[in-house]
Amino acid sequence: MTTTAIPVTTRKDWTSDQEVRWCPGCGDYSILAALQMLLPDLGVRKESTVFLSGIGCAARFPYYMNTYGLHSIHGRAPAIATGLASSRPDLDVWVVTGDGDALSIGGNHLIHALRRNVRMRILMFNNQIYGLTKGQYSPTSEVAKVTKSTPFGSVDSPFNPVSLAIGAEATFVARTHDMDRAHMQEMFRRAHEHRGTSFVEVYQNCNVFNDGAFEKITGRDVRAAMMIPLVHGQPIRFGADGERGVVQRPDGRLEIVEVADAGEDALLVHDEKREDPSLAFALSRLASGPYEPTPIGVFRAVDRPEYGEELSRQIVRAQEQRGAGDLGALLRSGSSWTVS
Amino acid sequence: MATDIKHTTERLDRVVIRFAGDSGDGMQLTGDRFTTSSALFGNDLATFPDFPAEIRAPAGTLAGVSAFQVHISDHDIVTPGDEPSVLIAMNPAALQSNIGLLPQGATLLVNIDSFDERNLTKAGYATNPLHDGSLSAYKVYEVPMTSITQEVCKEAGVKPRDAERSKNFFALGLVSWLYTRPTEPTIEWITKRFGNTPAVAEANTRAFRAGYDFGETAELFESNYEVQPAPFAPGEYVQVTGNQALAWGLIAAARLAGLPLFLGSYPITPASDILHELSRRKEFGVRTFQAEDEIAGVGAALGASFGGSLGVTTTSGPGLDLKSETIGLGINLELPLIVVDVQRGGPSTGLPTKTEQADLLHAMFGRHGEAPVPILAARTPSHCFETAIEAARLAIKYRTPVILLSDGYLANGAEPWLLPDLDTLAPIDPAFASETNHTAADGSEVFWPYIRNPETLARPWAPPGLPGLEHRIGGLEKADGSGNVDYDGINHETMVHLRADKIAGIAKDIPALEVDDATGDAQLLVIGWGSTYGAIVAAVRRVRARGLSVAHAHLDHLNPFPANLGEVLGRYRQFLVPEINLGQLCRLLRADFLVDAQTLSKVQGVPFRAGEIEAAIVKMLEGAQ
Repeated sequence: MTTTAIPVTTRKDWTSDQEVRWCPGCGDYSILAALQMLLPDLGVRKESTVFLSGIGCAARFPYYMNTYGLHSIHGRAPAIATGLASSRPDLDVWVVTGDGDALSIGGNHLIHALRRNVRMRILMFNNQIYGLTKGQYSPTSEVAKVTKSTPFGSVDSPFNPVSLAIGAEATFVARTHDMDRAHMQEMFRRAHEHRGTSFVEVYQNCNVFNDGAFEKITGRDVRAAMMIPLVHGQPIRFGADGERGVVQRPDGRLEIVEVADAGEDALLVHDEKREDPSLAFALSRLASGPYEPTPIGVFRAVDRPEYGEELSRQIVRAQEQRGAGDLGALLRSGSSWTVS
Repeated sequence: MATDIKHTTERLDRVVIRFAGDSGDGMQLTGDRFTTSSALFGNDLATFPDFPAEIRAPAGTLAGVSAFQVHISDHDIVTPGDEPSVLIAMNPAALQSNIGLLPQGATLLVNIDSFDERNLTKAGYATNPLHDGSLSAYKVYEVPMTSITQEVCKEAGVKPRDAERSKNFFALGLVSWLYTRPTEPTIEWITKRFGNTPAVAEANTRAFRAGYDFGETAELFESNYEVQPAPFAPGEYVQVTGNQALAWGLIAAARLAGLPLFLGSYPITPASDILHELSRRKEFGVRTFQAEDEIAGVGAALGASFGGSLGVTTTSGPGLDLKSETIGLGINLELPLIVVDVQRGGPSTGLPTKTEQADLLHAMFGRHGEAPVPILAARTPSHCFETAIEAARLAIKYRTPVILLSDGYLANGAEPWLLPDLDTLAPIDPAFASETNHTAADGSEVFWPYIRNPETLARPWAPPGLPGLEHRIGGLEKADGSGNVDYDGINHETMVHLRADKIAGIAKDIPALEVDDATGDAQLLVIGWGSTYGAIVAAVRRVRARGLSVAHAHLDHLNPFPANLGEVLGRYRQFLVPEINLGQLCRLLRADFLVDAQTLSKVQGVPFRAGEIEAAIVKMLEGAQ
């Protein structure tokens, strides 16, 4: 709105005066810190930045940001953000949500936000559990999970959030985790740059109700072997010495191989800009949970018209063609008659 | 040839015409065209479209009958008429399902071509009513509408099967002759509407003319009728439906407030036409968002309000159910939001295309917690315009969701509307916050989102964008002033009272309730709300014509009630509350004012007839003697 230079800020400027009330040791702290430290570098204004959320532990996020913020109702943040972002294209809109908020009660709003491509960044903190209601299984919990509401083990099949987002026509889909600030910041930066809806799944540890859910892949000693970094234009390989990689079989299936066996040239080169989402989807299916080598990074980043811009364009076009609306003429748009 | 026949033309002061046929017969269009030519001719009028929920129920069945009733007169009228003086029945099913509405001696125009055994059976007739004497109480005219239409359309260039589809224009032509309507507006309209398909335009014009000429030349009719123009107040008029007027009122309100209009809606009968109308009006800067569901519709509207737009959502009963949680959020956030509920028969899917007034208590109480909102209701189709502006005024001034109740009858019904002088409409000041409003303990100037205007108790509205006013709001209970999350019990009680007092205080800011008590000596007050207005006014006129005294008051504001309502009620001894529900306003009046109000209830998916209310008034007055 203003044309003056963007003021230089520090993390402190983006931090509200409210005491942070997540459980000690919660992964949310590191995500909050990563974002608060990143925002001064994004070239954005505090007054033009809005954080919206639904309900859940993650949803307390806006209270801790010294920006405009709206803590709404369970699952509805993408819908509320759609109204805000599409009517205020000048704003920087972020939605912070969790696996229950986004994929269970708010699943419908999430998929429609993704297909519409409204300019907002959806950060989904996935801890595979309901934390705020004290430990029920979530739509990302693994089958057979024993929780308060599944004492004999869950019989629900979980969602793979990245697969879901790609299936819902998302234009930007990424995955990161709460143990790696630099990687989170890189993913958030990319999400911010994207024109449209960006979806970032953040593996987040709930140390109270689901501690160590992602340890098998995010632990410092296993990361190299268990995380498959996705880098656009680069062959997909991982392992301490890059000794393993991903190849595509003639039937389209992706497979993890030893590079020594398959040869470097056989490795699949990651193309996040590929229009056809099938390869990104196949990558998302490499791991069915955080126990197998899991791709991390940007799965998909493609360009598609942004909803709010298109809406604004229709208004501009209508005004060019018909002139700014004339209320008197509107009331006479049917047939009118005069009684003297 | 019977061209030398001389018809006499009789003058009528009013007539009620009902067009009825299959859903695919174009009865709504036919009624609408008849209405328009009557409006242009200068009659007063009121309409009542009455159609099924199915788009095309099986042809010829009772389920598929669609009807359009129009009342035209040479004087001021307020209802679409109790009893049709003439019924146009395009097939046996239309006759079967509408004959019960006709008084003895009414005129019946039937399309004789459709009275074959198959259609008679579909309509449930064991014998042909045209032959078995069951219609002897009526003046029946048997007209071969289909075959004449097919004959005259032969050379129009349409296929014989398509020619048959023009028969509604034949019916329109015939009724236009019968009631001496001008033909030019209809022919002009046909030419324009079907400009892209000249053959269809030609067929429809031929059918229309044939219908008109049939009346003129056939030896069936002794006379035709004329209804002279009504003495309207000078000015410019348009014919308007409730949904149209409501959409235009929203556009006007946004303009008066200098705010962009944002509509978040999900299609639902009978509210969808508001979404359609606003979607067409992009040159007014209107953003319309067809959401994935009702919840997202209201959510997006609230999000747009947070951003400084006038956020609106439009729906009908089932949608209002779904929006409840978000309306509660709006109450807690204290942001402007307009929720339009075009009521229909319920519960559940109920009667999607039929009218009802049974959402009043839902609007009042249909949310968890203490969650009051202002509630407004429109009286007539054109009254939807000013009601929409009033809803916006209250929503913006008091930073609150407002529920506007319309209904299926108002939504689709049409009436002539004396266009308002737009320059006289009062501007609405959004009064956005522009600066910090509190000095913090450390001496710094900060913005607190819940510091209230002492007069209205409204909080500041500070859409994102202004530096220094960054703030967080949410659905959790908050401390007054700072808006910080606060679970303290005493604070909660304070906030519950503040939110209730804010809404209750609106009573000081709305017009006093006016009472129509012509003689000043009435003991019985008829008190209504919403679309029963016309029927109550007509009933009260009839009761007075009998030499009896009765008063009428109509509530446009249902929460809070006008400040003088208690005083008004105190002046009367008897109270009759006609409602298209089981007595919802009546219950509120009894609870709030301890008056012995009586309900006159009707829940048949159709409006009251004036005669029904008249009878109830007379009975009550007799009982009091």
